[in-house]
This record gives sequence, structure tokens and C-alpha cells, in this order.
Amino acid sequence: MTRLQEIPWVEKVGLNEPAAQSQKRLQSPGRLNLYRLAWLRPLIESQWPQFLIRILTLAGFVFTIAGGLFGSLVGSHNIAIIFVWIAWWTALKLVFIPFGGRSWCSVCPIPLPGDWLQQGGVLETGRRRFGLNLRWPKRLRGSWMQSGGFLLIGLFSAVTLTDPQVTGWVLLALFGLAIGLSLVFEKRAFCTYLCPIGGFSGMYAQTSPLEVRIIEKEVCLRHDVKSCYQACPWGVYPVAFRDNSACGMCMECLRACPSDNLALNVRPFGTDLGRQKTSTRLDETFLALVMLGSVITFAAVFTGPWGWLKSAAFEIGSLSWFGYASAYLAINLLLLPAFFSMAVWAGQKFTGTWVSLKRAIATQAQVLLPLGLMAWIAFTISFALPKLSLVLGVLNDPFGWGWHLLGVTDIGRMVNTAGISMIFQMILLLVGLFWSASVSRKLSAKSEKKSPHLNLPVLAFSLIFTLAMLWLLVG
Amino acid sequence: MKKEWLARGIVALGLAIAVVIPAVGWWQQSQGIVVHAHMAETGGWTPENLTAEVGKPLHLRLTSDDVTHGFAVGQLDQPAVNVLPGEMTDITLAFDKPGKYTFYCTRWCSINHWRMRGTIEVTDPNIKVEPAKPPLYVTLGLNIDADHVTSVIYAQMPAAWRGALLNRAVPIEYTNRDYYLSHTPVDLWLALRSEPSFIDLTDKDVWDQVAWVWQSNTTPDEIQAGRELFAANCAACHGENGAGNGVFADQLAATTGNANSDTSMGAHTQRPADFTDPSHMLSVSPAHLQGKIIRGGMGTGMPYWGPVFTQDQTWALVAYLYSFQFDMEVLK
Repeated sequence: MTRLQEIPWVEKVGLNEPAAQSQKRLQSPGRLNLYRLAWLRPLIESQWPQFLIRILTLAGFVFTIAGGLFGSLVGSHNIAIIFVWIAWWTALKLVFIPFGGRSWCSVCPIPLPGDWLQQGGVLETGRRRFGLNLRWPKRLRGSWMQSGGFLLIGLFSAVTLTDPQVTGWVLLALFGLAIGLSLVFEKRAFCTYLCPIGGFSGMYAQTSPLEVRIIEKEVCLRHDVKSCYQACPWGVYPVAFRDNSACGMCMECLRACPSDNLALNVRPFGTDLGRQKTSTRLDETFLALVMLGSVITFAAVFTGPWGWLKSAAFEIGSLSWFGYASAYLAINLLLLPAFFSMAVWAGQKFTGTWVSLKRAIATQAQVLLPLGLMAWIAFTISFALPKLSLVLGVLNDPFGWGWHLLGVTDIGRMVNTAGISMIFQMILLLVGLFWSASVSRKLSAKSEKKSPHLNLPVLAFSLIFTLAMLWLLVG
Repeated sequence: MKKEWLARGIVALGLAIAVVIPAVGWWQQSQGIVVHAHMAETGGWTPENLTAEVGKPLHLRLTSDDVTHGFAVGQLDQPAVNVLPGEMTDITLAFDKPGKYTFYCTRWCSINHWRMRGTIEVTDPNIKVEPAKPPLYVTLGLNIDADHVTSVIYAQMPAAWRGALLNRAVPIEYTNRDYYLSHTPVDLWLALRSEPSFIDLTDKDVWDQVAWVWQSNTTPDEIQAGRELFAANCAACHGENGAGNGVFADQLAATTGNANSDTSMGAHTQRPADFTDPSHMLSVSPAHLQGKIIRGGMGTGMPYWGPVFTQDQTWALVAYLYSFQFDMEVLK
């Protein structure tokens, strides 16, 4: 993930080379700039539609916390469990991330109060601003803490995902943490460095077909004020975008640019993937592996037939839970990183390329993104699809207090979707495998060798992961 | 600036709606009486003790926080209702007599299911509660905790219809209700065996005669009522066939013998009584069985049913229990 603070300042970027690139982009037939569509532009340009959606999510969020803390203790009848872990999670995994990258971030309620305090107003910048506006410590940058946060969720997932009160407290804690951090650090520190959802949303956003990009680099370089950077609540500078991961899709830069030099592009899926990485940073690799390790573990716990495993994950603090926790951490911290590093190392030997191992790992990690994204979508379908009918139930009676808001007295229980959902899951996992293979092929093709080999060890890693997921989900 | 104030207004409105709706709901909840059901291990009923007045209906909203439970009030003519997880069941109770009523779970929700009990104290400002009459086992001074085993047992299961076919006059002192309630089948068998007029009967015939006397003290309807009560309340531990091998029996037995290490509920119990075992069943009188049912205990995990069953229900249950020993088929 590249952020303004982490790139060479833009003045240092040569003028001629980007000029040629942006010319190419202007003419690129692979992009469609949605911001040029006459019917859509006003909806993005005006702050109101987004603002109203944000208020809706914020009110819903507060309502959900109330439901979790005060509503029924029975998860299937509480809005906090069904709305957060079934409805929202399904929407996030099936719609927001695959089609819109970080689009959820653009309407997420958690950072809103912090944003408002920082800018001293809801829509406009006010005179009284709050917060110390400190820089985020350099040592804590990257997505390491987001991976850690996700691992933490994983350790307690069985209870968090089923106990409304725990869910309520977790949401409240995230809300408080986001507000607190925004009063100490500048911009969206919580979202960028801590939010576990933001972490994988940003990472998988690289596969999504939506991007915010500048149109002509020279226009930006000539512009002294950098209004886009000033306006960006994330503190990122669109000129620096190499990929989607840091962009929160909030559209503030499009609104702020005086030269109308920003585009909201539709592009082919996975456009950001398949580039040789110049950095040796491994935080994204680690996050990608944590997402793989977690989806395997969750599939085994939540959809697998092993009762003892379920109870081990549930009985937090018990000896069997420590067993589960150790196994979960071992898979994510030792096994997968070791296997993947070995695969990359073997791949280097096999293809006869030799860049530094760390750089090679960081580059090959892109292969894991389609794999992980599709595995998560498949897993989400497997556990959430049969329970979607419960969403209607909690709309009718959000707190389990016997309300009939929809006027329905008896709402059908879980629907049997096993057959069709299995076919979907199989297709998704295979798409993930082939997609990651195509990213791997793209990477091999970019190597300096004349007749590049396929990177078979890394492909084997993907294949084994896919087979394991197929076994767990489809059986 | 107008725009900013409008936006702030919308934020305030959104948040107000999100807070007010649950708050109003919460307030409404607190107006009625919501009774939460948990498995006994995690707390049973909350609240556990309710109060009501004679003639004033008591509205309750019942909900379960874990598994499916049932709700019924002992000695009250009101069908049991299901208490489902996360859903509300509304029930209105009416009491025409003051007293301390017991409400209880009617679903076998866990091994300590029977411990899910609560009370409703019903008062009537006009009437003073009459002290209850002591049950028969107290009047008779029976020690229901004492061990009772007999060596006199039958060789073949006695049948009331065979006893009827013998067509012999049983002395009147043995056929009256008081004798039946306070004597064991063995008492009667020994008495009849020493009756000079029964000298020609075999031991088996005398046992059939005993079965006939026992049957003539009940009715098919009463036995049927007893059968239903047994299936609903006793079979979980004592087994549907009365052999002490119900679904909870093994769990109960598993908690025996480690009195020091396990002090949780359900410990220190032994296997439920086996009603098919003649050496025990033939040596207890109906009054004795009634005592065991209404008081429970005996150093076992046996619940007390006194506040739950009416007197008729207890006697029906007792009559049914003897059908594990005697063929109570009625001759047509």
C-alpha cells in the first residue's frame, strides 16, 4: 500500500515518463470513466447522496449496538448478529469488495464522528477543529496490525459471531477506538492501520473493477495547492496511486479537483495484479496469508462436521480452546508463511530467476489475492446463504422483544439451499484458482527471461489450498 | 453554513431515531413481566418468584435465552405452552384460590431440567389461607427414606383379570380404599395367604388376587392419566418402560461417586428407581409412593412434585406405577 508519506515526494518524479503514461491512460480502451456519465456525475459531485447513506449506516450502527447490548440473547433473533455477521458480511464479501474495492469504507459509519471532529464540521470545515493531528508512528505503519486484529477476531470468532452482547461490545469498542485515535492522530489512522476489515478490503480492492485515478499527471504536477490531498480524509495523494489498496473511494478528491482531472474508472477485474514489486515489505503478504489461514480455519469450525472443534472454539479459556487457538495461530504464523516462502524459493530455483527472496515473496503474494477473495466469497455463501431468511425475521423483530414491525407473525426458518450453494462454491473456488494461475502467468511473463517458465511451486500452493477448501466446503 | 446546520440536524435526527426506538422498546418491556428461561445450569427462570392476586389476571411474556423450554403452573388447569429461544410467548394466568403456586419447565431441556422451577405467590385480601392437610404418608408416620426390600415375590407377573376369573370373595377389610392406600402388595399377599378360605389357592393365584384388589382401587381412566403424567414428567429419568433407564439416567449415574470433586447440581445422585423390580415395588404402599413423589429427595436426585401435581394426579401416578408389576388389563 502506497501512501503519500511513504513515497518519494511527487516533485522528484520525472515529468516526461508520466506524461507518456497518462496519455496512454487517456486513450486506454480498457477504462470507462463513470464520472463523465451525465446521470451519475451529480450523484457523486453532490455530497448529499453519500451523506444520507452515511447517516443511514450510522443510525443503523447505533441501533445495532443497542440491539446487541439490550436485545435477545439468542443470536438468530438479534439484529446485531444477523445484520452484522449475515447481512452486512455477505454484502461486503459478495458485493462491496469484489465490485467496488473499498467502497464499503466510503459509507462506513465507524470513522464518521472522528472525521467530523477533525474537520470541525459535518459537511464543511469548521473553525474549531479537534485533535492533536499527530503523525502515525513510522514503526506501526503497514497492515501488520490489521493482520493482528484479524487474528484476534479469529481467536474469539466463535463467540463474537454468535453472542449478541459480545458483538455489541466489539462494535462499541471499534467505534470508541476510531474516535479516540482520530483525536490523537491525523486523518484516518484507525481505518488505515488498525481496522481489520479495512486491511483486507484494501488488499482485495486490487482485484476490483473500480478505481479512482488521476487523468493527466502534468495537470496535477502543475497544481500547487494539491486540493485533492487536502480534501482526502485518508491523507493519500491520488497521483501516487499504483494500486487501489489505499483509496477509500470516498470521492472527495473528485469533488475537490479544480481541473476535473480525476476519474472514477471501471476497469477489468484484477488490473492491479501481476506487477513486479519493487518493495520488500511483507505486510501485505502476511495479511494475504492470514486471510487464507483464517478462511480455512473458519470453514473447518463453522461448516465442518467436527463437533469437538466447534466446542473447542466456543469454550474460550478452556484447555481445548487453547488447543484451537494454538493451532489457528500456528497455521497463520508458521505453517502458511513457511510453505509459501518455500514455494516462492523453490519457484525461484525452478524458473531460474533470482531477485531477493523478500521481494520475490512480496511479488508472488499477488497470486494469493484472487485465491483468498474467492475462497472468502465461497465460504460466505456456504454459511450465510441458508441464514439470509433470518434477516427478515430481525427486521420484523430486531431485539427479540416480540415486535411485528413488518406485520408478520411467523417467519420461515432457515432455507435449504445446500444444492445450489455447493455448485456456486465450487465454481467460485475454481475461478479463484484459475485467476491466481493467470496472475502467476502474468508475473512469469514479466520476468526478464526470454522463455519464462510457469512458477509451478506457487501454483501447487494455490492448488493445494483450493483442494483443501473444496474438501471443507463441498466435501 | 446553512448546509452545515442542515447536515448536523440530519445527523442528530438519525441518531435520535436510532436511540429512541430501542429506548422506548426497552421501557415498554419493563412495563410487563418478562420471564426469561435458561437451562437450570445457567440460572433457570428469571425472575423466579412472582406475585399475583386472586381474581386479577397475571400477564406474562415468556422467552428463552437458550433452548426450547416449556411453561406450566402446577395445580392449575392451564395447558403448558412452549417457550422458544428469542421469541415471546404471551400467557395470561387466572387464580381463583390463594396459595403458593409452582411454575416449571415442561421440556426436557437438560439433565437438571426439573430444577427449572419458580413460584407465584397468590394472595387474596379477603381470605386467609387454610393450612394444608398433611399428606397420608405423614399421618401414617411412614419413613419414606428407609430401605425396603422384600423376599416374597411372585414367580410370574400377576394379572388382575386372572384374579377376577377366580371369582373369590376377598374379605371386605382388604378391599376398602384405606387398606389399599396404607398397605403394600406383600402385606396383602401375606394376609390372604393366611386366610383359611384361600387355602386351596396356589401362591400364583393369591398374587393374581392381589393384582385384582389393586386394580379394583383404580380405573382405566386414572391409569391412563397416570401414564400421561409419567411420560411427560418421569420418563426422562425413570424410562418410558419404568426400568430406571431414561435418557438422563446415565448422566445421573455418571455424577455418582465423586462427591468430593463435583459439587455442581445433579451430583450425589444415584440411578433412578426401577419400577419393574418387584423386590422394591411390592414392598411399598401407595401412601409411601405418594410421599416419595410429593417430597422427592431420599438422598437421590428425585425432584419434589408436591407443588406441581394435584392430589388426584399423584394418586393416578401411583396407580400407574403398579402397572409395571401387575397386568392391570380389565376383563371385558
